[in-house]
Amino acid sequence: MAFVQLPEWAALAPALILAGTALVLFLLDSINPYSTNRTLLAGTAVVGSLSSLAVAVWFTAAGVGATGIENYGVIEIMGDQFVVDQLALYFMSIIAVVTALVTVASHDYLRDHTYQAEYYSLVILAATGMSMMAAANSLVTIFIALELTSLPSYALVAILKDNRGSVEAGLKYFLIGALSSAIFVYGVSLVYGATGSLQLDAVASGLGNAGEMGGLLGLGILMLIGGIAFKTASVPFHFWAPEAYEGAPAPISAFLSSASKAAGFVLAFRVFTTAFPLEATTDVIGVEWTWAFVILAIVTMTVGNFAAATQENVKRMLAYSSIGHAGYVLIGLAGLSTGAADFVMGAAMMHLLVYGFMNTGAFLFVALAEYWGVGRTFEDYNGLAKQAPVACAAMAVFMFSLAGIPLFGGFWSKYLLYTATIEAAADNAVLLVVAASLVVNSALSLFYYSRLVKALWIEDPVIDRDRLAQPTGLYAAVIVAAVMTVLILPAFDPIANAALEAAAAVIA
Amino acid sequence: MMIEILIAVTLVGALVTFVAPNRIAGKLAFAISLVPAALSLWLFAAFDGSGNALLDGELAFESRVPWIELGDYTISWFVGLDGISLPLVVLTTILCTLAIVSSWTPIDERESQFYGLILFIEANLIGVFTALDFFLWFVFWEAVLIPMYLLIGIWGGPRRKYAAIKFFVYTNVASLVMFGAFIALVFGLGDVTSFALPEITTAMLEGGPDGLFGLSGTAFASAVFVAMFLGFAVKVPVVPFHTWLPDAHVEAPTPASVLLAGVLLKMGTYALLRFNFTMFPEQVEAYAIPIAAIAVISVIYGAMLALAQTDLKRIVAYSSVSSMGYVILGLVAYTQFGVGGATFQMVSHGLISGLMFMAVGVIYNATHTRMVTDMSGLADRMPIAVGVLVAGAFGYMGLPLMSGFAAEYFIFFGAFGSDLLEYSPLFTGLAMFGIVIVAGYLLFAMQRTVFGPYRLETDYDVGRAPVHDVASMVVLLGLIIVLGVAPDLIFDMITDAVDPILQGGDL
Repeated sequence: MAFVQLPEWAALAPALILAGTALVLFLLDSINPYSTNRTLLAGTAVVGSLSSLAVAVWFTAAGVGATGIENYGVIEIMGDQFVVDQLALYFMSIIAVVTALVTVASHDYLRDHTYQAEYYSLVILAATGMSMMAAANSLVTIFIALELTSLPSYALVAILKDNRGSVEAGLKYFLIGALSSAIFVYGVSLVYGATGSLQLDAVASGLGNAGEMGGLLGLGILMLIGGIAFKTASVPFHFWAPEAYEGAPAPISAFLSSASKAAGFVLAFRVFTTAFPLEATTDVIGVEWTWAFVILAIVTMTVGNFAAATQENVKRMLAYSSIGHAGYVLIGLAGLSTGAADFVMGAAMMHLLVYGFMNTGAFLFVALAEYWGVGRTFEDYNGLAKQAPVACAAMAVFMFSLAGIPLFGGFWSKYLLYTATIEAAADNAVLLVVAASLVVNSALSLFYYSRLVKALWIEDPVIDRDRLAQPTGLYAAVIVAAVMTVLILPAFDPIANAALEAAAAVIA
Repeated sequence: MMIEILIAVTLVGALVTFVAPNRIAGKLAFAISLVPAALSLWLFAAFDGSGNALLDGELAFESRVPWIELGDYTISWFVGLDGISLPLVVLTTILCTLAIVSSWTPIDERESQFYGLILFIEANLIGVFTALDFFLWFVFWEAVLIPMYLLIGIWGGPRRKYAAIKFFVYTNVASLVMFGAFIALVFGLGDVTSFALPEITTAMLEGGPDGLFGLSGTAFASAVFVAMFLGFAVKVPVVPFHTWLPDAHVEAPTPASVLLAGVLLKMGTYALLRFNFTMFPEQVEAYAIPIAAIAVISVIYGAMLALAQTDLKRIVAYSSVSSMGYVILGLVAYTQFGVGGATFQMVSHGLISGLMFMAVGVIYNATHTRMVTDMSGLADRMPIAVGVLVAGAFGYMGLPLMSGFAAEYFIFFGAFGSDLLEYSPLFTGLAMFGIVIVAGYLLFAMQRTVFGPYRLETDYDVGRAPVHDVASMVVLLGLIIVLGVAPDLIFDMITDAVDPILQGGDL
């Protein structure tokens, strides 16, 4: 760094700050175990995640991770177990932003909850895990970060102990999570068996030694894909998502569907670009692993969108639509076999960032509706705009952005993804099919997103409600997310270029 | 900077109005909307540009900032005005102000949201008419849809939900077709690296696209031309894509109808002029006869439909279909008077149809019915408002010294002498017959509602219309007469911008 020579591990600061925040929260809890001072607790969590964000953005701006600048560049620490590069910092920023929004919103959502400190420390711990996933550079650290994310998440989904839905969702999430962790770690062991290493670069260079164990390696890779599919809620490991998102407290649904998904994707991006370079891997296992992602992308987006279109419950609709969006992002991996690899992956990263705002915002609006005691179906949402116009305007922004109407960020990141896919299709014609399903699914999604806007704004309320309260924290989070969804447009150029550069650096 | 300020003031005003208390929203929105109106008049007074913005013309108030640079392509914030867009911007700002005034009476719930949305539409409409980068333009173009969808859906009549969704789906699908076609075109134009419309236009006129998807260059350009024409035709709308329009108009609240007919339909014809008729002279020539046929069918069929209606608002709504048919006919004539007249007609029809919708709204507010059969002798009870309505109807029929006459005269004159369009006298003659039908249904409606002994088959007591409603109609009528007496006020700047298009094919 510029003025003082900091130790190298300081490069992990965005993750370390989160870890420190979690410890502070534990400390606060041990001083006063039954504290209901939610402003202090939520405030600590927000300050922690915002500092993490600030550091990540500062590092990016200062050129940490950028190649070709003296004294900076990619920082590898702890025996290359972690790597801080542009990719890691980019995703650390997304995760920190979502965490900040979620913790601000939780302030009001959890007003009557008994376990305040536990809640916030679990959220921050999960965020720490996600942040470490972004930097993890070895299958071991990846697995540890993955579990550090997953274990608090299970608890968080089930944290409404008196609510059967929440507990059941937590149980389902836990069972499927444990299963996919097992599959993932078995995949890791197979990869280790075939290549003799766990560190990602070493795995890549060990590919040549795999020799006759190509089949084993292929199976290992398939199992790693399974673990990632779980974390990103992609088909075929998506079944938990609607259940968990529906049962969980809405801020946690926002957290899992945005931040946790982003973390899952950075993992996929790093593992598959660093550890399994396409050509070398193809020589050993005989097929290009991108095919798996081509199929996953098409199936995931189609399943997600069609299922979302048939939902009556708003939270489930959002859950399925978030599966659909995972399908869009998977294109970033599907296109890696082509000359436009960095472009597709950068576009997918860009979409994840925009998604971090619009999807978090949408779930936080649901949190607001739950706070008000509005029901869960589309009909229950009828006419809310009469009572809460500003929040409903923000929700309309999220819906139109998710659907891809040009005024908002969602259209632009989808458009970027679309052009990237078309460019990639020059090398691999099957990507034309992927691009076509992106367009068709996107058009279909307009149907169910606009249905919610219609319910909020156009339909008359079924029941008369009392005046709706305006909880500060939730409102602030929803509105900030909406403003960011719109502001991404003017700031699109620097953000998109940061994503594209990060992708190019990893792929090169 | 002026255009940015114009858009920014309106946008910020929209936000302020949206969160303002309902009580003051109407007056506040009116006060805010005076700013863009004054600014646009200042732009009009200070306008100093010649030629066509897309064809190496001199651009007024231009600003161009690179915005998004991805791969080889640049998207810029690129706005500017020429003689075609400036009159439409002024039309937008004036009509929006008057639409706000005309909402004071009928809108009595969720006012702040209503006026916020009107200002939001205004900002985006200004954007549509000033943007010169395809993406920027498309953002504004699509952004107009959302507030209009909500305006119809929330404040509309009994079948508002159906009408709002039909409007949204029709125009959005059309936009997607157009978007896909245009993007394909830009990729087909190998050496173009930006989405700036002037550069794309130049590239189109200097050889057009290479082949793509196995099509030859010409065939590809034709396919794009047709897809874009369809995309814009829905917005215009021309027969047979007009079915969303009467539904939307009839269900929409009065001010939304005013904007829909007055400005939103012009987005379609403006886009046709800017894209299809400026960028593809060869295709215009090749498809002149089918396009002219569509235009004439729209004129006659729209007028016949209007003749068959008994709902006053529906009559005015269908009459827009025929008026827009004239615009298409003028465009396809491809002469100075034809294309210039078409542009003039966009402005003129904006004023006249705005006036007519306001008048229908005023009558409806007073009588709570729009059925011609229920009314008679309204002139006794609301003489001034009815007088303005009759004057507007005469403007529609093309009475000399009103803008409608000038517009239609230019179009027919231009179409009659068209070199490009074969059998142009035949098409012109058929279209002129439309005027007879228009006069027929308007006189028919006037005679039933306005004249004769007073009789009304509802329980409402009809009194004089509120002053502010009459005032805004009088302003419109004044503008209609001013443009009718002195069309040169805008026709000169229009022809400055139109002339380069007509030579475009030979450049």
